[in-house]
Amino acid sequence: MAENIRLMQGNEAVAEGAMIGGLRFFGGYPITPSTEIAEILARRLPKVGGKFIQMEDEIASVAAIIGASLTGSKSMTATSGPGFSLMVEGIGYAYMAEVPTVIVNVQRGGPSTGLPTKVSQSDTMQARWGTHGDYIAIVLAPQSVRETLDLTVRAMNLAEVYRTPVTLLTDEVLGHMREKVTIPEEGELEIINRQKPDVPASWYKHFEITPNFKSPMASFGDGYRFHVTGLTHDEEGFPTNKSVEILAKLTKLRNKIMRYLDDICQIETDGMEDAHVAVYAYGIVARAARQAVQMARARRMKVGQIRPITIWPSHDKKYREIFSSKNLEAVIVAELNQGQLVYEVQRLVPKHVEVISLNRFDSELITPAQILNKIKEVR
Amino acid sequence: MSMTSHPKPDKTGASHTDSESIDRYEIRLSGSGGQGLILAGVMLAEAVATVDGKNCVQTQSYGPEARGGASRADVVISSGEIYYPKPMQLDLLLALSQEACDNYYRDLKENGLLIVDSHLVTQVPTTRWIGIPFSQLARHEIGNTMVANVISLGAICAISGVVSEAGLIEVVKRRAPRGTEEKNLAALQLGLTEGKKAKDRIRS
Amino acid sequence: MAQRSDITHKYLRAKKKFPNVWCAGCGIGIVMGSLIRAIDKLELDRDNVTLVSGIGCSSRMPVYLDFNTLHTTHGRALAFATGVKLANPKMHVIVITGDGDALAIGGNHFIHSCRRNMDITCILINNQIYGMTGGQFSPTTPTDSYASTAPYGNKEYPFDIPKLAEAAGATYVARGTVYHVTQLDQLIYDGIKKRGFSLVEAFSNCHTYFGRLNRLGDSVKMLEDMKKNALPLKAAAKMPPEKVQGKLLTGVFCDVEREEYCDRYDALIQSLQGK
Repeated sequence: MAENIRLMQGNEAVAEGAMIGGLRFFGGYPITPSTEIAEILARRLPKVGGKFIQMEDEIASVAAIIGASLTGSKSMTATSGPGFSLMVEGIGYAYMAEVPTVIVNVQRGGPSTGLPTKVSQSDTMQARWGTHGDYIAIVLAPQSVRETLDLTVRAMNLAEVYRTPVTLLTDEVLGHMREKVTIPEEGELEIINRQKPDVPASWYKHFEITPNFKSPMASFGDGYRFHVTGLTHDEEGFPTNKSVEILAKLTKLRNKIMRYLDDICQIETDGMEDAHVAVYAYGIVARAARQAVQMARARRMKVGQIRPITIWPSHDKKYREIFSSKNLEAVIVAELNQGQLVYEVQRLVPKHVEVISLNRFDSELITPAQILNKIKEVR
Repeated sequence: MSMTSHPKPDKTGASHTDSESIDRYEIRLSGSGGQGLILAGVMLAEAVATVDGKNCVQTQSYGPEARGGASRADVVISSGEIYYPKPMQLDLLLALSQEACDNYYRDLKENGLLIVDSHLVTQVPTTRWIGIPFSQLARHEIGNTMVANVISLGAICAISGVVSEAGLIEVVKRRAPRGTEEKNLAALQLGLTEGKKAKDRIRS
Repeated sequence: MAQRSDITHKYLRAKKKFPNVWCAGCGIGIVMGSLIRAIDKLELDRDNVTLVSGIGCSSRMPVYLDFNTLHTTHGRALAFATGVKLANPKMHVIVITGDGDALAIGGNHFIHSCRRNMDITCILINNQIYGMTGGQFSPTTPTDSYASTAPYGNKEYPFDIPKLAEAAGATYVARGTVYHVTQLDQLIYDGIKKRGFSLVEAFSNCHTYFGRLNRLGDSVKMLEDMKKNALPLKAAAKMPPEKVQGKLLTGVFCDVEREEYCDRYDALIQSLQGK
């Protein structure tokens, strides 16, 4: 058997993807069920000259990776719900200060300290709305171990391209599950590094507002000597109270992501052409959905599947197109929570399409049988 | 590609397919924490994935306590793509404790295969089962109770054929703690032999 | 003095950022002057100097200075600085913080930074109160002093900053005041030069809040009191304890050698890479 085939755990795949993507700095704080990511990177990073540090808490972890990223290192942290709650302060800062960072949230049961060793998708909305202030989050959610690896690389790429924090949202089952994985060969996955300025220091504006909303990013130590702050700032980074500058900054933060939804948003659909019923689910639940759809189709039921891979931002236009599929009568939204993404679907379906919530929050996965039963109920 | 090429346990009739799940074989290794069942699950899955070349997902369930609580590892094997990662209806249940047997027996398919530690599981809820005294064999034949998990892997291989012998040998060599390779390989061989015997008992 | 201000102006973002936010007579500007002179004397390449700060009056300092400057969230300056330093150990990382920023909301980061011993210089400007938010009591507000959230006097006990830093493992700990500027220049200079975590407490005045609420007079009066109340450690050592009681001890509290974190991590990288 080829050496590049391995039985790999989801959390291991995050670490593997991070190494492939060029990670050079990890700052983290131990928390179940994400800890393997830190453990593996503690071993691997120094071997390539990278840095691993265990900080005193999650607030410090996200602060450290922002600091590291400002010196030019690709940086990441990993946590679970309770840690993510502490990290939202830093995530908001990274968004405002436009610092590329990757945050992995291996979801466990909540609220509060909840269920450390059990699966959940109850941080779906937190990943979108966790931090205060208007905010556009980029959140990716894999469904398999190999996709965890791929999306870790993609999360790093998106962070660098859009100069923003990107969250990879997995869960306890995906994080701990082992699956056969073919490790990508060198060059197989696209690796993107941040764009550096080529202007003289006196011309450089760290937060320049350009026509395409993308701006090159110098590192501390490159000779540009810029100012970074979480206060609302002008193009040079200095705090401002001028409404014109405030509007320009906040509009840029929004547009630099919302103008690129076609690039950022990945949505997978299957069998939607003739589907009367669609199952909408992300991450680990999408696999139960896929199984259920196969079963339903084996029974000659016209059922399709929609799987958001990029959970946030929502590509409203694309979803509206999908939900306008001509035979579609109902969408079943299956989630491991009390109903979160279902509101997004409700917002976007045509009036005649029924939206049905299928929720499970007893720490077990939604099973294909549960989804199949729901499909049968609809018909 | 299907899995019909694998020898099937005729009498117990564990089949690899039914209308609900095509081309899937689902195994649960269950017992108490500390019996090495999660490691056994990982070894089984690794043999299937990296040596036999089939698709395979291994999941697990455990409480916060590392020792003593209920513990289980699930392995789903398929030549095709595996969608749902956890078992839906078990083809094979290994139970190394009475509690595990009681809890998970109902997850077994109608014709599924139940293998129990005949020393630790004294009340079996069916007449269709295979009993092998894994823990006693580990203690008396190998001299280390810790290898009961590897003996059971050998038995699963011999009885179900869902994993190759070569695969298990390779993985046991890879995963066994340094200095215990021989003991673990001996345990594997013992499991293979006991498994074959048990299978013949059913046939005859 | 003309020469001194020439040096200062070399490092200011003079055209961009002035006037500053500080009240007339505030001590923070004096600390900024000391910091500039220390950096100038050390002849540091300013491209390789990063100033990191949190939130509060003192934390506004980096914006006025022409280095790499990072103004972060409340209490987290040391955590951000840790990332900057470890990712780029060539960088001279200096943290500017205040008593509320470093010791209340950032208390955890403070003790762990002392313990970790990364080569970071932390200049903690202690004015015994939250100035920016309007005079609330801080972890260094003396017991029974008044603050806007201690209208009947402060019921808590203050931190002793040098003791806290030393106990937590800082390799260089010193205290100066904004009255004793020459000494403060030297302490900051030595702190930056020290390879390891350095803590320099710069005792300062907030006449706007602490002074007003406690009837301590204006800025000049508070500086004069600082002059009267300060006692060098060396002198204190020769005095009977009752005479030292209530004095503001200044000087170097601790200066020990301990292998620095980034050096240790770099050695790990070298050994793993077989160099």
